[in-house]
Amino acid sequence: MSTIIRLFNITKVYQMGEEEVHALQGVNLEIKKNEYVAIMGPSGSGKSTLMNIIGCLDTPTAGLYELNGTNVSEMNDNQLAKIRNKEIGFVFQTFNLLARSDVLHNVELPLIYGGFSSAERKRLAKEAIERVGLSDRMHHKPNELSGGQRQRVAIARALVTNPSILLADEPTGNLDSRTGEEIMGLFDMLHQQGNTIIVVTHEEEIAAHAHRMVRIRDGKVERDEMVKHRRIAKSIVTS
Amino acid sequence: MESREIISIALSAIRANKLRSALTLLGIVVGVFSIIGVMTAVRVLQNSIESGLSNLGAHTFQIQKMPMMSSRREWLQALKRKDITYEQAQTVAERITLAQYVGIEGWQGGATIQRPTGEKTNPNVSVAGETPEGIPTNNWTIKEGRSITENDLLHSYAVALLASEVEKKLFPRGGAVGSEIKINNRRYTVVGTFEPKGASLGGSSDNFVAIPLTTFLEHFGKQRSLNIMVKAKSAEVYEECLEETRLLLRTLRKVPPGQEDDFYIFSNDSLIETFNEFTFYVKLGVGFISFISLLAAGVGIMNIMLVSVTERTKEIGIRKAVGARRSNILSQFITEAIVLCQMGGLFGIGLGIIGGNLAALAFSIPPVIPIDWALIGFLLCSAIGIVFGVYPAWKAANLDPIDALRYE
Ligand SMILES: Nc1ncnc2c1ncn2[C@@H]1O[C@H](COP(=O)(O)OP(=O)(O)OP(=O)(O)O)[C@@H](O)[C@H]1O
Ligand SMILES: [Mg+2]
Repeated sequence: MSTIIRLFNITKVYQMGEEEVHALQGVNLEIKKNEYVAIMGPSGSGKSTLMNIIGCLDTPTAGLYELNGTNVSEMNDNQLAKIRNKEIGFVFQTFNLLARSDVLHNVELPLIYGGFSSAERKRLAKEAIERVGLSDRMHHKPNELSGGQRQRVAIARALVTNPSILLADEPTGNLDSRTGEEIMGLFDMLHQQGNTIIVVTHEEEIAAHAHRMVRIRDGKVERDEMVKHRRIAKSIVTS
Repeated sequence: MESREIISIALSAIRANKLRSALTLLGIVVGVFSIIGVMTAVRVLQNSIESGLSNLGAHTFQIQKMPMMSSRREWLQALKRKDITYEQAQTVAERITLAQYVGIEGWQGGATIQRPTGEKTNPNVSVAGETPEGIPTNNWTIKEGRSITENDLLHSYAVALLASEVEKKLFPRGGAVGSEIKINNRRYTVVGTFEPKGASLGGSSDNFVAIPLTTFLEHFGKQRSLNIMVKAKSAEVYEECLEETRLLLRTLRKVPPGQEDDFYIFSNDSLIETFNEFTFYVKLGVGFISFISLLAAGVGIMNIMLVSVTERTKEIGIRKAVGARRSNILSQFITEAIVLCQMGGLFGIGLGIIGGNLAALAFSIPPVIPIDWALIGFLLCSAIGIVFGVYPAWKAANLDPIDALRYE
């Protein structure tokens, strides 16, 4: 399997007035295609910071980040936007949906910036919505949906461009355990279909769905190991 | 990204804040309304004056003591001048060589015309005392009966010709010619009627009667200034004819050389010129005020757009996170500002055209739609949208995606 993500000695320093916050202090990580990785660690250890850098939403203070063999730090704004649009599907802990738009439009959004025609957009978006089992909620606004349903919309949006990497920062953090299990079932399925998946979580059960577990502490990789007893979601989502 | 998509995003953002958008629009509406309203009104008046002038007849000019359109000061100064007397006018008519006709007339407003049977006009009919030549120089055409003759003039006969409005009022079923009427309680015989001319500003409408000038002077008094209307022999000698008349009258009125004329000469050109001079300052003033109000409106737009960008920081973050480029965000917000301004502009143009045409209604002349000014107004609004939308849009476009997403 080919390496898709390669991080060399990544550091991230936040300047807070006089004080410097070292969120990441030399992270080295390699992730191969179709790997299923869980990132764990205590609160404030730098997990979200790392995810944002991998997702090209944020830039490291120092270090090298290669995505598909290309140096990300050398890319300009438009190239980064294109990567975010085509290569990466990001699922946020807080959903981050457009409040004023319905499910269909939210899922369409990446396709709008990807330059798809209107008809093509509708087709792909409906397909993605179907995959997360929300076809009957197509024209609901986010505030008319349950937390789990919103997260599924966010996943559909992340999937709609068929990205090579799916990043999820605590995708179940705001959900009850049953709904969380549903979402993880969806991730398992996506992994089986060949996606590369990275999930941030602080719940062992969630992490147990992955093949590999990376533990972060104080901005450094503390442990990087394969999961011995993999857990497969019992209920593959049905709505 | 298609422009249709950008516009639909802009429209939905505007719709989401209806009241705020409407209030922001108001400034633009007022600014554009005042521009379009005044330009429409000016054009209405211009049309009316031009049509009034064309009624004067070809290569004809008119001389009178008072100016047509002037400042109050000029008007008061003109009041002090000597009247143009019947004798002066007659002398001009005798000596002039390049004229086809010289008409002499006097006007009196506020007359009441009455039939013995009781039908009566409002006390707002104008009475024109005319020489026979005054009928063609005024471009009046006889519908029925006859015109004023030298004989009428010589004997000061009490005969009258009715313009269409008066005729309609007094003789709705026809039969005016030969009937008796009273003008301010003096008896006249109707000998003819005029074809309708249509209303016009500055010229006469169809609400008048014409009587022989000598009769007029007896009836309404000799202490008045008369108008001289001269129709040149041809268009070629028009300028020469005008100059000849001017010199003749200066000699008669003993105007010393070097001093300006103590009378006004109106030709089609000079009237239009005077009108344009007058409207130029109106346009300039209104243009300036509108510009200021549009500037203020633009600042308002910018303010609202800045608020909007701040409010929607999270939205911008989301859009960037799923792949929006800087240019996408930039065009989204500029488009929103432009669409907002254009909506205001369209409202303003609509109201302005309606408002300006109230003038047309007042003078009962056909309304005008100033396409050119509507276009200018529309483009101006778009320009304001761009100018004042660029900075907020630029701010939005340059937000860092992760900072924008974290914004609460
Ligand atoms: N924008 C910022 N400005 C300053 N400091 C920041 C910023 N973002 C994160 N930090 C700091 O960086 C460190 C790592 O934060 P990060 O959000 O990556 O933690 P995390 O591992 O995701 O924690 P959690 O599990 O609570 O989400 C924290 O100490 C945090 O205070
Ligand atoms: Mg976090």
